[in-house]
Amino acid sequence: MNLDFTPEQEAFAAEARAWLAENVPTERLASMDTAEGFEQHREWERTLASGNWSVVSWPAEYGGREVGITEWVIFEEEYYRSGAPTRVAQNGISLLAPIVFEHGTPEQKAKYLPLMSNGTEIWAQAWSEPGAGSDLAAIRATATRDDARGGWLLNGQKIWSSRAVWADRGFGLFRSDPEAQRHRGLTYFLFPMDAPGITVRAIEQLDGSTGFAEVFFDDVFVPDEDVLGAPGDGWNVAMSTAGNERGLSLRAPGRFLAPVDRLIDLWDERGESEPSARDAVVDSWIGAEAYKLFTWQTVSRLLQGGDVGAEGSINKVFWSELDIHIHETALRLLGPEAELIGDGAPVGGKWAEDYLFALAGPIYAGTNEIQRNIIAERILGLPRGDRRKA
Amino acid sequence: MMQFLPTDEQTAFAEAIDEIVTANGGADVVQAWAAGDKAAGLALWEQFSELGLGGLRVAEEDGGLGASAVDLAIVFERLGYHGVPGPYIESLAFLPAVVSDEVRAEICGGAMATATYAPFVPYALDADVASLRFAVDGSGVTPADAGDAISSMAKTRTLFPLSGSGTTTAVSAEALDRGFAEAALATAAMLVGAGERLLDEAVEYAKIREQFGKPVGEYQALKHHLANVRVALSFARPLMLRAALDIDSPNRDRDVSAAKVSAADAATLAAKLSLQVHGAIGYTAEHHVGRWVTLVPALVQSWGSTSFHRDRVAAAILNQGA
Ligand SMILES: Cc1cc2nc3c(=O)[nH]c(=O)nc-3n(C[C@H](O)[C@H](O)[C@H](O)COP(=O)(O)OP(=O)(O)OC[C@H]3O[C@@H](n4cnc5c(N)ncnc54)[C@H](O)[C@@H]3O)c2cc1C
Repeated sequence: MNLDFTPEQEAFAAEARAWLAENVPTERLASMDTAEGFEQHREWERTLASGNWSVVSWPAEYGGREVGITEWVIFEEEYYRSGAPTRVAQNGISLLAPIVFEHGTPEQKAKYLPLMSNGTEIWAQAWSEPGAGSDLAAIRATATRDDARGGWLLNGQKIWSSRAVWADRGFGLFRSDPEAQRHRGLTYFLFPMDAPGITVRAIEQLDGSTGFAEVFFDDVFVPDEDVLGAPGDGWNVAMSTAGNERGLSLRAPGRFLAPVDRLIDLWDERGESEPSARDAVVDSWIGAEAYKLFTWQTVSRLLQGGDVGAEGSINKVFWSELDIHIHETALRLLGPEAELIGDGAPVGGKWAEDYLFALAGPIYAGTNEIQRNIIAERILGLPRGDRRKA
Repeated sequence: MMQFLPTDEQTAFAEAIDEIVTANGGADVVQAWAAGDKAAGLALWEQFSELGLGGLRVAEEDGGLGASAVDLAIVFERLGYHGVPGPYIESLAFLPAVVSDEVRAEICGGAMATATYAPFVPYALDADVASLRFAVDGSGVTPADAGDAISSMAKTRTLFPLSGSGTTTAVSAEALDRGFAEAALATAAMLVGAGERLLDEAVEYAKIREQFGKPVGEYQALKHHLANVRVALSFARPLMLRAALDIDSPNRDRDVSAAKVSAADAATLAAKLSLQVHGAIGYTAEHHVGRWVTLVPALVQSWGSTSFHRDRVAAAILNQGA
């Protein structure tokens, strides 16, 4: 057992570090949940891609460096440590791309992946519906056959779609077989957000930004070539990569190691005024280290041919609660200045903004209650019982 | 290349320990010891000695197994899982780092040894059955006699004050720190193992105990309690393994302390919630889960409390006010 990296991996980390030090914008970008910030973040995606750093683990033909998962985790740690912006392309890169790699036709790969990796096309995820939140299989938006034109007509409503207001393309599941129940008869569609019949209505978030949106579909035509995987098999397509490496949807440890470094600096500056927060600072550090080590354990298993499976739920509960703990601790240290955002706020209000975002962690990507159900039933083997009303 | 998982040999060694304990009666050994009958527990010590555990951290050229600190952690995790009674931490983890070559050779040969280490371990565990007893402090190692037994809330632990009865051999601060680090690591590992056992016991019980016409494990309140235990333990173990990897690194004390804090917190959660899931049956002396429920708080305070270890992490990572 060891935690040693090869000289090549060390060199890779050094190269990434040097490039980031040169290229990361010195001015903090506006929030990517605003029109202005979205475009600034898109520009950053272009810069990243110009250095071939946007999708390091992808094949070279789509803009990657073909490195392994170990290097990916190393890169992410360097990325966040450098203070680089959040990835506005993340929905496409981490949620959609793994499915395209597994189920996409050669034409779909060529059409979507290069533009996704260089920031030209930013994707929005349109899964949730007013009646289908945690119970995603309750999807009611429909897809009806349009044989004449060789495609499908989408109708219905999606909601909570992050950055759909500005995104170029969307992906989502629609019920293509009205007779089929629950997980059956769903189809996975890709569509331009400006397709005729799509109406996007921004929803103001807790922090005042319009970070997500409702998306209405009114006879939106999607040609057969933009169906991902087999029609009717959408659920399996969507879930197929959940357990493998690409579909890891891993939150890289760098996401927490970096704020903990900043938290320790904050403690060194302000700890005197809030000495009782010291243990919370220590526990934040321990938590981020534990998360990093847990990730290396997962990576080791993947390298040996294992998979992640339901363990991803253990991961999700931990990082989302850790993130809140880190930010709550920062607010304690900031005291009466904690609430400030924007100009005049400590570090431009970054702690306050990131705190609000951290609060969403236990809700999105499968709520933590749902994750605990999964841990209890699929990992611990407790009886499922029947939750659903017949 | 990075490979942060136990090797096949390590897994096999852990399984060998499981088999020995199970073949000797498993939880019955623990229950008997708690009731004052130590024969089965002492027989286990014998068998572990035959496996070479006494020389776990003794170099091969000195007749030991020459095992790594990772092996130590893996062994103690299993001992904690089974709640095996006896002064294992003292004999296998602490004393080998601080005693003379002669004493080390005796322990390596299977002698049971115990110790105090002021101020962290004021009483010696199982000094009645141990053939070697040492009072250890900053001035060195002193052979000692045991005073009157003191009971612990953990019925498998009987504690004794020691009084020096021989010449003190001076020991370097470095050796003492090393012994303390190995003992704290072993304690963290036992806590992780104990936590896993508490979780397994609760899961098994929740599947069979029925109320309101269904297994209590179907109730979401219990599912979520146990899921929380699963999460806490899953993140304590990697810290324990990294502490073992870092036993010769400058980060040793920081990483051992982080492991002990995390293991203590996770095992404490496991103990409380496992008891809760069992209901009243878990609160009886008859049901064995109580052995782990009470072992955990004893181990949490041994070989450095959680506050002590948090202070050490703070000193390592903070510049101000640590
Ligand atoms: C910031 C943010 C960004 C998002 N971005 C997107 C996006 O880009 N695309 C997209 O499609 N969606 C997105 N979502 C939506 C997200 O996926 C849903 O919020 C999530 O699936 C939960 O659904 P819900 O909000 O309808 O809550 P509900 O499912 O209504 O849940 C309400 C409460 O009931 C609990 N609950 C529900 N079922 C159970 C159960 N079986 N057992 C125990 N408790 C239960 C939940 O845990 C929760 O506490 C986003 C959400 C947020 C907050």
